[in-house]
Amino acid sequence: MSSTVPGATAAVPRPGTIDLSGTRPTPFVRLVRVELRKSYDTRAGFWLLAVIGLLVLATEITVLAVTTVQDQAVDFGTFIAAAAFVTSVLLPVLGIMLVTSEWSQRTAMVTFALEPRRPRVIAAKAVVGLVLTLLTVAASIVVGLLCNVVYGLIQGQADWSFGWAGFTGFLITQTFAMLGGFALAALLLNTPAAIVLFFVYRWVLPALFAIGGQLMDWFKSFSPWIDFQSAQAPLYDLSLSGSEWGHLVVSGIIWLVLPTAVGTWRVLRAEVK
Amino acid sequence: MIVVEGLTRRYGAFTAVDDVSFVCEPGKVTGFLGPNGAGKTTTMRVMVGLTPATSGRVTIGGHAYRDIPDPGRHVGVLLDASAQHAGRTGREILELGARTMGLPGSRVDEMLDLVSLTRAEAKRRLRNYSLGMKQRLGIAHALLGDPSVLILDEPANGLDPAGIRWMRGLLRGYAERGGTVLLSSHLLHEVEQIADEMILIGRGRIVAQGDRRSLLAGAGGGLTTLVTALDNSALAEALRARGYAVAAAGEGLRVEARPVDVGRTALEASLVLTDLRSAEGGLEDLFLALTSDTQRESVA
Repeated sequence: MSSTVPGATAAVPRPGTIDLSGTRPTPFVRLVRVELRKSYDTRAGFWLLAVIGLLVLATEITVLAVTTVQDQAVDFGTFIAAAAFVTSVLLPVLGIMLVTSEWSQRTAMVTFALEPRRPRVIAAKAVVGLVLTLLTVAASIVVGLLCNVVYGLIQGQADWSFGWAGFTGFLITQTFAMLGGFALAALLLNTPAAIVLFFVYRWVLPALFAIGGQLMDWFKSFSPWIDFQSAQAPLYDLSLSGSEWGHLVVSGIIWLVLPTAVGTWRVLRAEVK
Repeated sequence: MIVVEGLTRRYGAFTAVDDVSFVCEPGKVTGFLGPNGAGKTTTMRVMVGLTPATSGRVTIGGHAYRDIPDPGRHVGVLLDASAQHAGRTGREILELGARTMGLPGSRVDEMLDLVSLTRAEAKRRLRNYSLGMKQRLGIAHALLGDPSVLILDEPANGLDPAGIRWMRGLLRGYAERGGTVLLSSHLLHEVEQIADEMILIGRGRIVAQGDRRSLLAGAGGGLTTLVTALDNSALAEALRARGYAVAAAGEGLRVEARPVDVGRTALEASLVLTDLRSAEGGLEDLFLALTSDTQRESVA
């Protein structure tokens, strides 16, 4: 090995060794594109996305019809808010299915064999969740825009006030919802269980916290710190005060950061069957 | 080349794989043989990083699997042909693999042709596939990235006899071009016709390894020969004189000796043989004997 030409020994690999010098790692963008494709190339995924799209359309047309018929004033922001509320129920289910379908259909065996660096796969799925959230919001805006134009044509004038604070707040809470679903999915690795737990966490717990607060005084001062949904309320007009920031961060750690961390740890460690 | 060194995998008190070591050479088909639950699948899953090893290690071409970039380009893996989304079409499953590896779409058609899945079959969803079709699709998926190493768990399972012959030819050719093939089976006859090397595993431990001949030689006196001579009774007498157990079997004799010893006896006794062969199931007897304490059914 003391000999002359550096690299000469490396150029002749031992028999049976694989020369990896010509292979680049799978680019992250490619993983995201594949995961995005997986989100709509099955019937379940396709119809979930289609239903979200149709709901956006149906909701905004309903708002248009009702307001036009009853001659009510409506602005651009209202169209979007209505569609956004409806889709916010289904979006997290999409986030859940991105993760759990790999386990229920056992495709994780293939996915992780093709990319054994599992954190990259998880990150790619999270990015796909965010991309789909943005697409849904964008679709809400486009349909809302068309509806508002139609409203303007019928009523003679359209109100284009939009409410950027509400929109930004909505975008943030939608992202939290998607990531919350994603985290619970990674934690449970089971579609029905993750969906049920998500709806409990999103819709039932806040009500229980409210009741608990009514019944017990000590709980009333304590619950804002653990009630993630209520803590997100001030986000809609981006008016967070100091203690509200505290509530958001602490409850966010409990309901978003912790499940994400434990769920990710579980996926990284899990034996893929 | 696949190198397994001192691999152990425990689940609590249960040891699925117990200090397993073997090597799969390039240019050869290595058969990994054992009864159900012997640890074949666990070993293969550890190879590709789906199951962590308790101790020991596996390298493929000198690298740990997780250190191989874009591993589908180097190692073709088929662990479970049913582990695909039942709602995806066969073509879509290959398409996803090809896109993950950055391969052109034409590669999908090449692979479909290679495994004889028609365009119409490729459009069907996986839930409508027979096990044999799933296996063909899985082999196509494993070969997508033109890898130099193939790891196949029970690939012949569900294939019809023509399919098994086709796969044998495919893997034979692949190995002859320098590829490394490891395939597992719980059926001896599937493996013994194709494998250059065989590794027999039972209850998590390797019980024997080598090529067909050395395995049979290692089996020693347990070997049986079927022989027919023009004068069977004279041959039986000569064989008994040498201390071999002889019994009548059909047209000829069944002798507890290697064919070479029977042939030599016949030569020395100047007897004409019309048939001389190792008794069918010699390897099977060996396989059952070696794994007998790990079988669910006792061998009579």
